[in-house]
Order: sequence, then C-alpha cells, then structure tokens
Amino acid sequence: MITNKSLIIPLVLFSSLAVLLWRSFSLEDPSLLPSQLLDKPFPEFNLEDLHSSTRIRNADDLLGDVSLVNVWATWCVNCLIEHPVLTRIAQGGVGIVGINYNDDLKKALVWLDQYGDPYTFHIRDNKGTLAIDLGVYGAPETFIVDESGTVRYRHIGVVTEEVWMEKLLPVINLLRGNSA
Amino acid sequence: MITELGHFSLILALGLSLVLTLLPAWGVQTGNITLMQCGDSIAKGLFFFLLLAFLSLCYAFVVDDFSVNYVASNSNSALPPYYKISAVWGAHEGSFLLWTLVLGGWTFAVTLFSRDLSVDMRARVLSILGFLAFGFTLFSLLTSNPFERSLPVFPGEGNDLNPLLQDFGLIVHPPMLYIGYVGFAVPFALAIATLWSGRLDMAWARWSRPWTNVAWAFLTVGITLGSWWAYYELGWGGWWFWDAVENASFMPWLVGTALIHSLASTEKRAVFKTWTVLLAISAFALSLLGGFLVRSGVLTSVHAFAQDPQRGMYILIFLIIVVGGSLALYAVRAQGIKSNTTFSWSSREAMILVNNLLLVVATAVVLLGTLYPLAYEAVSGGKKLSVGPPYFNAVFVPVMVVLFVFMALSQRSRWKDTTLDVLLKRQGFYVIGSMGTAALLMFTLATFKSYVLLISTIAFWIFANLLENVLQRFKRRRWEWGSMFAQPLSYYGMLLGHLGMVVMMIGICCTVYYSVERDLRMAPGDELELAGYQFKFVEIRQINGPNFISDQAEISVTRNGQDVISLFPEKRLYSARGSVMTEADIDPGLFRDLYVALGEPLTQSAWGVRIQIKPFVRWIWIGGLLSALGGILAVGDKRYRRSRRKDSSNFLKI
Repeated sequence: MITNKSLIIPLVLFSSLAVLLWRSFSLEDPSLLPSQLLDKPFPEFNLEDLHSSTRIRNADDLLGDVSLVNVWATWCVNCLIEHPVLTRIAQGGVGIVGINYNDDLKKALVWLDQYGDPYTFHIRDNKGTLAIDLGVYGAPETFIVDESGTVRYRHIGVVTEEVWMEKLLPVINLLRGNSA
Repeated sequence: MITELGHFSLILALGLSLVLTLLPAWGVQTGNITLMQCGDSIAKGLFFFLLLAFLSLCYAFVVDDFSVNYVASNSNSALPPYYKISAVWGAHEGSFLLWTLVLGGWTFAVTLFSRDLSVDMRARVLSILGFLAFGFTLFSLLTSNPFERSLPVFPGEGNDLNPLLQDFGLIVHPPMLYIGYVGFAVPFALAIATLWSGRLDMAWARWSRPWTNVAWAFLTVGITLGSWWAYYELGWGGWWFWDAVENASFMPWLVGTALIHSLASTEKRAVFKTWTVLLAISAFALSLLGGFLVRSGVLTSVHAFAQDPQRGMYILIFLIIVVGGSLALYAVRAQGIKSNTTFSWSSREAMILVNNLLLVVATAVVLLGTLYPLAYEAVSGGKKLSVGPPYFNAVFVPVMVVLFVFMALSQRSRWKDTTLDVLLKRQGFYVIGSMGTAALLMFTLATFKSYVLLISTIAFWIFANLLENVLQRFKRRRWEWGSMFAQPLSYYGMLLGHLGMVVMMIGICCTVYYSVERDLRMAPGDELELAGYQFKFVEIRQINGPNFISDQAEISVTRNGQDVISLFPEKRLYSARGSVMTEADIDPGLFRDLYVALGEPLTQSAWGVRIQIKPFVRWIWIGGLLSALGGILAVGDKRYRRSRRKDSSNFLKI
C-alpha cells in the first residue's frame, strides 16, 4: 500500500520529463541542424567546372529553378550509397548540382564514368573553399536552393529513398508551389 | 572473417545477457541456490564475448579493413597506429560498443569483489546488470552495429578520423568517462536489489560505497581530461563551455557527489535511507539521460555524434523502462522505511543534508538549462533557442559558493550532535585571516577584484579548517609521527577530495579574472608586449605531417630580455577530410600558461594571432585529479573492508 505519497514525486517528475523528451522527437526533424545559411543567399564562389577547366561557375548558375546542391567526393563511401537515389531524383526532373569536394580530378571523372552522371553540372571545389563557406561537416551533404538562389534546406548525411520522400521532396514541392 | 567473429560474439553476448537477466532472478523467486549461483559464470562469459567483439573491431581498424562501414568512415590508412585504436571509439557505434564493454567489465568486477555478499543479493545485482547489458547490446545490434560491411563494392580508402579527435586527450578521455558513467550502474543495481529484497539496511550502504567512489573518481578524471582537451585542442583557450554534452556528464557527477556523502551517513547513522536509494537511482538515470542527449541528436553540440532519431527513440524507451520502472519500484517498496535516528541541526548529518540539497539544486539548475531549449521548442512550436554560459554562471555559481561555505563549516562537525559553540569556535578568526591573506596576495601580485577576494577567502577558509582537522587529530595522538600513518586511508581520501576542490576554486577564479588576451595581426618581425612578456612573430613555414599539411608559425617569447620559450602554433589541413584544424601551442606552468593560436591568414605573410596568458589554469585540472585520487584512496581503506565482512553476516539472515 502506498501510505507515503511523497515517494511518488520522483516518478511523477520523471514522467513529465519523459513526455517532454518524447515530444522533442515528434515536433521537428532532430537531424536538421540549424544552418547559418538557412534563408540566406548561397555563398559567392568562382570555381572551375569539373568537366572543363575554362568554364568558371558562380552562384548565378544556380538561379532559375529549385535545385539540389550535393556535396560529394570519390573518397566518400556514403556518396556511392546515395548515388542511385540521386540518379532517380534527377530522372524525376529535379536538377542536381554537384560540388566535388577536395577530390582528385582524374578520379572524379573516372568515378562519374563508372557509376553515371545524373548531375546538371559539377563545381570543382578542390581546395574546399566553398565547402567552408557552406559550413560543410563532411560529405555527403545536400542543400535545397530555390529559384532565387536562396538556401532553403540542409540535409547532412546520405540521401536515402526515405529522406527524399519525407524531407526533401515536401520542401521542393512547397517551393515550387510558391513560385507557381 | 575476424569482423564476423566480432559480430557473432556480440550476438552471443546478447544471448548471455538475457540468460543473466533471467536465470539468477528465477533462482531468487524459486529459492533455487544453483540458479542463483550460475550468475557468476554467465557474467564472466558475457564479459569475455563483449571483449572479443571489441578486440575484433580494433583489429579491423588496425588492418584498415575499409569494407567495414564504420572503419571506412572513421579511419584512414595514413592515420598513425595509436589513433587507429582510439578511432574505435571515435564515433557513435564504436564508442557505444566501448560503453557496453565497460558495463560488462563492471559486471565482471562484481563477480570478483562481492564474495561477501549473500547469494541471493548477488543474484539480484547480477540479474539487474544483466538486464542493462541486454538493453545496451540490443541497441548496438539493432541501430548501431559497428560490424556492418558494404560488400561487394567498398572504398579503397577511409574517410579518416575527425581531426579534432586525433589527439592524446581523446585516446584517454572517453574510456575514463565511460568507466565513471557506467560505474554508477553498480550502486544502481544494488539499490534496486535492495528494494527488490525489501531489506534496506546499513549493509547496503556500506557495500555501495567503494563502488560509488571508484565510479565517481573515474568520472572526475574523465570530466577533467575533457576540460583539458577542450582547452588545448579547440583552439580558443576555454576550459568549460556549458555545452549540452558537458552538462550531461556533469549532472551524474553532481548527484554522485551527493550520493558519496549521503551513503556515508546512511552507513554510519542509518539516516536518509530512502533518500540515498533515490540518489543512487538518479545518478545512473542521469548517466542514461546523458547518453540519450548525446546520441539522439535532440540537442546539437560540438560533441555531435552521428545523429539518428531512431537511436534516440530506442534509448528513450529504454530510459523509460529502466528509470520509470525503478522509480515505480521505489514508490512502492520504500513505503514504511523510516530512519528512527535523531540528530541535531548542527551535526554532521545536518551538514550532509545541506550538502545534498545544494548539490541537488545545482543539478536541477544544470538540468533545467540543458533541457530548457527542448522545452521552449515544445511550447513555442519549433523555435530554437540556446541557453548559454550567462544563465549557468548567474544561477549555478551562487549555489556552489554557498556549498563551499558549508564545506568549510562542516569540517569540524561530528555525527549525531555537535554544539554550535564547537562548530563556530575560532571560525570568525579563520575567516578574517583568510580574507587578510587573500587581500594581501591580491594587492602584492595582482589587481583587486571583489569576486576573487570572495572565492579565495572561502578557499583559504576551507583550507584552514582542513589543516586544523589534521592538527587536532595529530594533537590527540600526542604529536607522534607514527600515528599519522595509522590513520585510516578514508580519512586521507576525505582530506584530499576536499583539498582538490580548494585547489580548483583558486584555479577557476584566477583564470577567469586574471587572464589576458590579445587578438592581433602579426607578420614576421612583429612584436607584442603583454603582461611583462614579449612575443615576437619570427616566421611562418609549411610542414608535412603523416596525414596533414600545416602552416606553422614560430613565436619566440622573452621576459625582461631573457628567453622564455619558442612556441609553434599550427593551422593544419587534414587531407582526407579536407578539414582545417587549429593547433594551439602552449607553454604550461604551475602559475601561468602562455597560449598562442593561429587564426586566419590575412595576407601572404601576415596572420591573425591570438595570444593569451592564463594564470593558475593548471590548478583547475590538478584540483580535479586530487579529488579523484581522494576518492580512490578512500576505497583502499583496510578497516573498512574488515567491517564489511562483519556486516555481511547480517545480510545472510533472511
């Protein structure tokens, strides 16, 4: 029998704590790191195109449509894992711009030959300067940039089928809906 | 092949932990002695297979087996061998395996050092530890398996270990911290076993004390190392950041400190019985909560592990089962347990009660500050917010100051009753003496700061009381030198534990109030004069490390024309990840550190440079280590082991 009710207090306190922790999951995607860049223009850059060293890419190349900007490299294991998913996304009509991050040019071209190149174009960021401006933690990372060149979303880690359906696609639909 | 062996060992460990949970408990319920006793050998087997799994993972790292995903994302063939080993616990999966192994180790230790415990209690304790091991192992296998391979296509080169973690501090910091964290599982298991058996007696407290002390000492060392690492590795010379993950390790430490004191009074005077049980449950609950906060990704922090909501959900459910279950058991079983002993309001029991209340308040303050962003997000519908050092400094520090005042006052207190006369005799004199000494030192060596005066006065005052304590004891033994060696080790442990805090207080207040720093642009030939030291930027050059290239500056330091040292701060580019790291260079000293870090390159030859002089900063860590040593010393007490044996005979009587 419970005669001393004060002994229940710890259990009650813990229960409210558990409810709070539980809610912290349901509210928002916890893997969404607050990015300094969110709702800010994509950082300025002037970097070579991966396929042609004379073609210089800059932030203007991102304007016009909602696109994914994907940071990848040949040394990045997980980039190979997400590659088929990106290929399907590109086939579905979403432009993907690659940032080839700290990579060897030859290896990168061989990699694309071998596994296919679903990207619209690649920015060659062999010194990692753009990645630093983007605050990249590691490859792969994927950003959603809207038609005005503003960063709208950041995903850290592999883009899986689930991530695409549940996180990225809704944002893209929303952005496209707004502009339509 | 070895990797599969490791994977298989982990699965076997899962099976064994389930058996360990069920069989001894079944034995207790049915009164079957054989079943109760089988816990020992199962626990040993469990530890063996966890160790085998862990060593297999180490092997995969050493031979650069990049077909194992975890190895590929956290190692690199160019990584120096010692970092390949420490990379095993460099990220979530491996560090959790280490965590599980440590629990296995503690369980193994229980089978080794609990011969005095009655058969049924031992069975209960092992069964509870077995359940915890089951939860951890299952988590590892389901959501964070370090043995997963990517075949047939796997990378020829690994992603490298995060350069921040390529460091000596990170080789030793996590194991120490985990031994401490997980160590609280033993007092927790004992507390639950006691509630389960319904025999909440003093023997329980006596038995819990050494385990609590050892876990607490390791946690202290772990936190101290973490602070030291942050100081020299993060590159801006801070030693504590009130980061969510630091707080996660600090909360069990605060409650653990309260538990150590409370256990003493429960053992000696049979008071605070249910309260002590609650503290034992809380210390481990906070360890688990820390694990949840770090690994679930609900809070972002510099410690961010690979974040995965699925993992967070699992830990949360486990947390609810373990802690919710324990607290429910507590609510039901602690009914009717009373402490019949009385004590006066100036006795040692009362002092320990004050200590406990203040430490619990301090824990609540830290918990609130850590969880407030989550609560705010829940209430405001998703807005993020962070609670920073201003909150913690404003609320936490005053609680600690009051705690330290009582630390000084309590040194003379005796069990049961101490008259106020005895307690307060000469204290006014000590306070004035301490304040005088502090003021004198401050005026001759530095500038006047009222907070430094306050903190150092309290520190000297505690020191005076500790000294008096020793001298009084010595006097009662008629000043015989030999008698000092005959004192129980726990006495010296107590002195050292408190002395460590005094040292740390001095370190903290001097570092906070007397540090000087300059951020400036320096090119070769430039000089700076700071607090009597001349810093000269000699040159900058490129050097190559095993897996990085680096810009290294040479800065020579002189004082009054005499050479002090040449410092070589670096800016490193780790090639595999392309990450840039600041390596500060430090001239450590007992009374001051000279700290130089490189900022950004401004032109071809000019760099941003940060120069700091941090007085007494070492005292913070020396203090922490002294306290930890005190905790260990107390466990070695001979007298104490004998009395434990005597008491366990009561334990056997059912």
